[in-house]
Amino acid sequence: MPTVRFTENLQRHVLCPTRDVPGTTVREALDQYFATNARARDYVLDDLGRLRKHMVAFVDGRQVTDRSGLSDAVSPLSAIDIIQSLSGG
Amino acid sequence: MATRAHVATRKGLFTIEGTSAGWSIVRTGFLGDNCSAVTHDPRDGALYVALDHGHFGSKLHRSRDGGHTWQEIPAPKYPAPPDGWVGTPTMFGPAYEWNLRLIWTIVPGGASEPGVLWCGTSPGGLFRSDDGGDSWSLNRPLWDEPGREAWVGGGADQPGLHSICVDPRDPRHIAVAVSTGGVWRTRDGGLTWSLVGKGLRAAFAPPEQQFDQLFQDVHCLAACPARPDVMWVQHHNGIFRSTDGADTFSEITDVQPSVFGFPVAAHPTDPETAWFVPAIKDEKRYPADARVVVNRTRDGGRTFDTLSAGLPQVQAYDLVYRHALDVDDTGNRLVMGSTTGSLWVSEDGGDAWHTLSEHLPPVYAVRFEKRA
Repeated sequence: MPTVRFTENLQRHVLCPTRDVPGTTVREALDQYFATNARARDYVLDDLGRLRKHMVAFVDGRQVTDRSGLSDAVSPLSAIDIIQSLSGG
Repeated sequence: MATRAHVATRKGLFTIEGTSAGWSIVRTGFLGDNCSAVTHDPRDGALYVALDHGHFGSKLHRSRDGGHTWQEIPAPKYPAPPDGWVGTPTMFGPAYEWNLRLIWTIVPGGASEPGVLWCGTSPGGLFRSDDGGDSWSLNRPLWDEPGREAWVGGGADQPGLHSICVDPRDPRHIAVAVSTGGVWRTRDGGLTWSLVGKGLRAAFAPPEQQFDQLFQDVHCLAACPARPDVMWVQHHNGIFRSTDGADTFSEITDVQPSVFGFPVAAHPTDPETAWFVPAIKDEKRYPADARVVVNRTRDGGRTFDTLSAGLPQVQAYDLVYRHALDVDDTGNRLVMGSTTGSLWVSEDGGDAWHTLSEHLPPVYAVRFEKRA
């Protein structure tokens, strides 16, 4: 099963431990993850279910290309990393 | 007994208390986080704070112990638009997405409806909760109004519903104001809405549209709780007053040093009294002559006292945002915060001001704890 890992910066708001979840696309894997951690979903995805504007997802080190549909394929050995830009103010 | 108020800032929530010994900051919370709105519910004492986490979106937290502990509660969420939705383009481009950008105001419902909350957001959605914020639903009748798609951003990129006035006589009577989208009113708890606000004038618009009720950039709408048909508007274009529950407004001109500003606070019992904080229009937005003053009228807008005692009068560039001025139940105490982190309190209706701090983060909202 692919592994889903979240940025440390998110952990102070909502705990998102690394987990292995089933799925053949980023969307399927994240849906599985958020099924048991619904609060985390709203920190990562917007109301339309897209990656939030300043969030980014990587699959095995490559940035996903479909930020809205999250249809990028993942393999059972993939690592999905969810991070955000580090701008502040 | 202490008087308490809450201050939402760019970098946290501050609670202030006034006693016989004076005013002080007694508690901090959410330090480092952007607090876009705060409210106290006089019906049950609950506190609500909205956080704008930027990358992570807008969130809501509730405290049931006076701010000692907080619980994250669901934030309002826009429903999925209909399949194939593209929306009607606005004057500035494509239709705004059904997607929460900012929680701008949270307002308790009426005394007879415990648990009811209203929430104004950007891009303009009005949300209602019936359970103290545990769940929210978008008010579809207002959102689906054809005129709503013509709302546009004023200073912000997207339109924002920033003012919600619930009539203490009947909580089904609600008036809301939008920047930019005019004043809307319901008499049936939000089932149907009417665009009101005849007489509001947008001087910046083409002549044919200056009195278009939909075109009005209302910065803040406030009602006198004891006489809710008396409403005040601080508009991008000036100051207006209604005596018929927002059906019509009269423009108040020749107010020095400026009719431009963002907040207005209505006296709790005296429909003739309100406070404004003038600034230089349009895009400059700093105090006239770099002097911070408060304008108070006690005669329904016929005349104004320009109050400055205790406020900085030299090289002061404090702007007061639309939610950053409040008056308490007595009508004597006011609190005001600025973009440069100043926080002032008055105990005498604005005649004199006491500085609590000049070093807070930019202040977005101040709210007294009030009686039910």
